[in-house]
Amino acid sequence: MTDGPLASGPDGPAGVHRPDNSQSDGNSVPDAGPDFRLSDVDEWGRSERMRSVVRRLYDPLYRYWFRVEWEGLENLPTSGGALLVANHAGAVPPDATAIMHGIEQMLSRPVYGLADYFFRKIPVVGTLWSRSGGVPAHPDNAYRILHDQQQLALVFPEGTKGTSKSYQDRYRLRRFGRGGFVEIAMRAGVPIIPIAVVGAEESMPMLFRMGRLSGALGLPYFPVTVNTVLLGPLGLVTYLPAKFKLRVLPPIVFDVPPDEDRYPRSWVMDEAERIRGLLQDNLHDMLRARRSVWFG
Amino acid sequence: MGRRILITGIDTFWGGRMAQALESDPDVEMILGLGTHAPKVPFERTEFVRADSKYSILSRLVQATEVDTIVHTFLQTNSLGVSAQQLHEINVIGTLNLLAAASRERSSVRQVVVKSSTHIYGASATDPNWFAEDAKRTTPQATRLERSLLEVEDLVYDFMQDRPDLIVTMLRCANVLGTDIVTPIATNLRRGMLPVVAGFDPLIQFVEEDDVVRALEYVTHHQIPGVFNLAGAGKVPWSEIASICGVRMLPLPPLRPRTFAWPLVKTGRLAFPPEMEGILRFGRGVDTRRLIQHGFTYRYSSAGAVESFSRANNLRRALGRQDPEYRYDQDLEQFFRHSPAVQRFEDDSDQPSN
Repeated sequence: MTDGPLASGPDGPAGVHRPDNSQSDGNSVPDAGPDFRLSDVDEWGRSERMRSVVRRLYDPLYRYWFRVEWEGLENLPTSGGALLVANHAGAVPPDATAIMHGIEQMLSRPVYGLADYFFRKIPVVGTLWSRSGGVPAHPDNAYRILHDQQQLALVFPEGTKGTSKSYQDRYRLRRFGRGGFVEIAMRAGVPIIPIAVVGAEESMPMLFRMGRLSGALGLPYFPVTVNTVLLGPLGLVTYLPAKFKLRVLPPIVFDVPPDEDRYPRSWVMDEAERIRGLLQDNLHDMLRARRSVWFG
Repeated sequence: MGRRILITGIDTFWGGRMAQALESDPDVEMILGLGTHAPKVPFERTEFVRADSKYSILSRLVQATEVDTIVHTFLQTNSLGVSAQQLHEINVIGTLNLLAAASRERSSVRQVVVKSSTHIYGASATDPNWFAEDAKRTTPQATRLERSLLEVEDLVYDFMQDRPDLIVTMLRCANVLGTDIVTPIATNLRRGMLPVVAGFDPLIQFVEEDDVVRALEYVTHHQIPGVFNLAGAGKVPWSEIASICGVRMLPLPPLRPRTFAWPLVKTGRLAFPPEMEGILRFGRGVDTRRLIQHGFTYRYSSAGAVESFSRANNLRRALGRQDPEYRYDQDLEQFFRHSPAVQRFEDDSDQPSN
């Protein structure tokens, strides 16, 4: 179980702001004691209770469906902030849950999944997403998690460009945004840990996208996948049992002073491109060694 | 020589509380309360002056009384029961006149404190989970209230630029809860029904009313310039607020919830101003570290503020309606303050010193 040090926020231990009798100024207030809370939802919206329910439900899928296998686990830090960067795939991407689940089980520390604002707008889904560790991918949020709270954050720099690509483009990494993830890691003074994921592409292969429909529904894209062709709407939540292999690469530490307002564009873009190249090479390497999509 | 302080909105909750708090400060020589109506709470030495909501007499008043500090608490920070016109007059024109009076040539004013609201940040899906003081809102569309508060902020920022020699302090308060304050959220909690946009459970920050008064007093006393967010530590999910206070939740459809709530709003059973809708979906968080770095300590966290409200509400429910009735009486107040028949302390400011 992950019982990370979530209780203490960036403002120091939560106790700092409690009513304090010692500095009573006449119109004394009865000491409220420790916070009266009925839920364990933290200031990011994450609930450890919810996380453990999700973990219990997801674990069979992780173990017996995707049969997730990791290598390079020694590269994951047991303390301190780090930005996990991975390739993104699958029309309804299964990689975020797999990475978060795996790391939280192995390291017993929380991983905050940074994702598109889009989730936040959907009723129920947005709330569940937030309760199970999702955080809107705003630079300020990332900085707070990485620098102030020294936690792990997971980000997919390809964004929806990665998940919306067609099956014929599998394992071809898209542009890594505008390098914002590098800039945040530099500013927060934390290392970037690239993670190469094999298997997500084949678990929900995208055939084509319905552009008009996605526009009308306000979605980033409307996927038509092998899964939906086989199973109809159920295919949106059912994955093919592709074998998942994840490789954690050695941390990339930036030799720049933290907390600068801006970093030279060229450094940021060079580093982003370097990390993209690194992930791409490792994906090719892993694919070379793979004999079967289903059995690894 | 002590501070001479003018407080606007003396007849409102904040003005009244602030004046009461300052009365016990020996460094404060004189407190002048400006209000459109008679004060609702008793004062010991605060002098009440009646004004219209635009504060057109403010300039003369400042000149005549030589106040060195103006505490502007009279900003409308929720749009319940105020017309667009009133909102504009009170917030924008009122502040305009106030700042004009403070910046007059050879004016005695040294510090201006403005109590604003975190409503200026808005609430939308693209927001960061915490707004720092320098952060801009992420959506240009703003409700009527937000627009008027943004205009006020612009005026204050201009004033800061024009008069760098003055101490200008602006406090942006998050949603306030506490034992006495009436806000749309508190009203709903008192009536036992909290509106919810179905499928959303936003995280809310609260600041306790006593902490707001203490913060106003703190920045006034220590003469701290700058813009500060004011909110208790942590956040509370909307659903948890309902459970702590033991009230029912009223789910409204995610599409146009205010339209569906309209009959209840019209019949006065629900308070649901437009600025609340974004908060009910996405919540709002502000970074409060700046004021803490200046040495201010909060007594309540966000959850603590909810509990403080809940306890007071339990008491209210147990005792029934028992608001202490105070009625301002001009003659009586004049008598107690100025009549030679009343025995006063030696150092009373009304006593001739020579």
